[in-house]
Amino acid sequence: MKVSFPHMGHLYIPLKTLFKGLKLEVIAPPPISQKTMELGVKYSPEFACLPLKINMGNFIEALEQGADTIVMAGGWGPCRFGYYAQVEREILQELGYDFKMVVLEAPDSRISELLLQLKALGEKASVREAYKAIRFAWKKLVAIEKLEKTLEYCLPRAIDKNYMETVFERALQAIDEAESQQEVEKIAQESLREMEKSPCKGAEVLKIGLVGEIYTILEPASNCHVARCLGRLDAQVSRSIYVSDWVNDHLFGGYLRKSNHKQIIQSSRPYLNYEVGGHGRETVGSTVDFARRDYNGIIQIAPLTCMPEIVAQSILGKVSEELEIPCMTLYFDEHSGAAGVYTRLEAFVDMLQRKKNLSSSPLLLEARA
Amino acid sequence: MNLYLGVDIGSVSSNFILLDQNGRLYRKLYLRTLGNPVKALKDGYASISDGLDKQHGKIRAVGSTGSGRHLAAVLLGADVVKNEITAHAVAASHLFPGAKTIIEIGGQDSKIIILRNNIVHDFAMNTVCAAGTGSFLDQQSARLNIPIQEFGDYAVKSGHPVRIAGRCGVFAESDMIHKQQMGFPVEDIIMGLCEALVRNYLNNVGKGKKIEEPVVFQGGVAANRGLAKAFEKILGLKINVPAHYEVMGAIGAAILAREQIELSHSPTRFRGDNFVLEGNFTSNSHECSGCPNLCEVVCIKRDNEVLAYWGDRCKKWESSIKQPREKLKVV
Repeated sequence: MKVSFPHMGHLYIPLKTLFKGLKLEVIAPPPISQKTMELGVKYSPEFACLPLKINMGNFIEALEQGADTIVMAGGWGPCRFGYYAQVEREILQELGYDFKMVVLEAPDSRISELLLQLKALGEKASVREAYKAIRFAWKKLVAIEKLEKTLEYCLPRAIDKNYMETVFERALQAIDEAESQQEVEKIAQESLREMEKSPCKGAEVLKIGLVGEIYTILEPASNCHVARCLGRLDAQVSRSIYVSDWVNDHLFGGYLRKSNHKQIIQSSRPYLNYEVGGHGRETVGSTVDFARRDYNGIIQIAPLTCMPEIVAQSILGKVSEELEIPCMTLYFDEHSGAAGVYTRLEAFVDMLQRKKNLSSSPLLLEARA
Repeated sequence: MNLYLGVDIGSVSSNFILLDQNGRLYRKLYLRTLGNPVKALKDGYASISDGLDKQHGKIRAVGSTGSGRHLAAVLLGADVVKNEITAHAVAASHLFPGAKTIIEIGGQDSKIIILRNNIVHDFAMNTVCAAGTGSFLDQQSARLNIPIQEFGDYAVKSGHPVRIAGRCGVFAESDMIHKQQMGFPVEDIIMGLCEALVRNYLNNVGKGKKIEEPVVFQGGVAANRGLAKAFEKILGLKINVPAHYEVMGAIGAAILAREQIELSHSPTRFRGDNFVLEGNFTSNSHECSGCPNLCEVVCIKRDNEVLAYWGDRCKKWESSIKQPREKLKVV
């Protein structure tokens, strides 16, 4: 059995580790490229959202490389995503691929069922081995996110931004290849130190909260690398969603570590008191939370036609007005022209910067006029 | 005399302006880009700088904006490279202190900028549709065989504008053709189109934004008096069209460049006449085979010297050129 899976940010590293630990052969899809997009767009329904199109591209490329089993997440609720695994299987079968699709229905806080599903995948592994595999994958995931957060903090402050990104990329590759937990910890520590040591600008940077749909937030190829662009524009980005939080909240019922999910949901009141599917409620709650933590601005990102985010967008206007925090929404689809996105990001950062300067020195305004 | 050059290279037009020491417009130039921004830049620079030395005018700083701002920055050596939103907002709040809303419609873009206390408070740009922009008007004026310069004059003569669907450029065009075949006068059809475009703009770009007076209408499309009238009718507000509405982006870029030079006390990066006028600029592109992204990397050369690369996502090519010194932040 040769297993493959869809890409979502750097999730491929822990997933590879997990499947290897379950004694399965893994074929990770090639990194998302223009070709992936083209394949995905060609074989997907036109009105489906970008995540489905990228999934399709990933699957086709993985199957071409010899994968015969695809592991895909399922789900429930008003977001269309829950149905994507089924749609994708049908399309791929119609295209003539011979493969097995394993849909992991993520039951909220029922770890036993997930373990059974994983166990069914890893027939060759013992329960003990499966447990070890999950543990090791989790370690890698946590290490990667620490690096991601450090990059988000250091990139806007760094003088040599290319160097900062190089250190990060190198660390990712090393973690991907690491064979033991000790090794992962060592790589993470060394790289963190290297990033924090790099020369920085003294000035205070802008803080921007990135909220929105989970896939768009986690997969940089689907969002024209907004987080990096903002970092290069000297703005520090904090995301509303990190994979480990999601895994902790939804797969392990908050068992692994302290979770702030309940507090985020609570923050969405009184603006949005109901679940609207997807991460709509989290988007509103996180915006409120970022505003209370004195962030300078919010950028909401989502794939075009994402219903939960459209609902959230219509509510963000009121949040923005009442809590006095600027919000901008960007929708992404298959277009490759990043220039338009970049112009909007630059203008948004300019706006925040000028507002900030003004609040610290009202004289500047008169000096300019 | 100290002069500040502002350049706005847009999809349809390339604008050049010179500001004097007192922030007054000294010269302006509006050219069509005609798909060749390098030529537009060379020609534009040649005519705007013509005879400057004789009058002892000297360019102290250069700012560029518009979708071709990076190209302009490379060819001229710009001190400030700014997005169109910031540039337009700066120009409007310079000429209309206290302005609260800016409506800007250009060749391919339309934007709304909300100002409070002379700084940008909120903004939006058209996302999926270019129906209300200059290119579409250009197309319609060509179809009706009316020069675009006279389009607005026809519109304001209308007594009873016809109703035209403004949601989509294609529907608007077929509606116009239908009304024209029914025998409606051309003035009423053009005014109807103006009103449709205003409704389209307010629904797509201006949705959810509080439009308050004073309102400034700028960008190339502000030349169309019909549109200004339609905005006034539909919004019920007074619309101000600045004297130099078509070069506001360039004015903003020049103001920002001046600000940058004065605050940082650094010398300008402007490369001088010879660099722009005597160089032979070429651009070529190749597909980078470094990874499966297959980025199309564009290379800008002056004679045999490589000036810039762009288009690579990983910045491998872009960072291979020696970076100019660390940019100081504009305040």
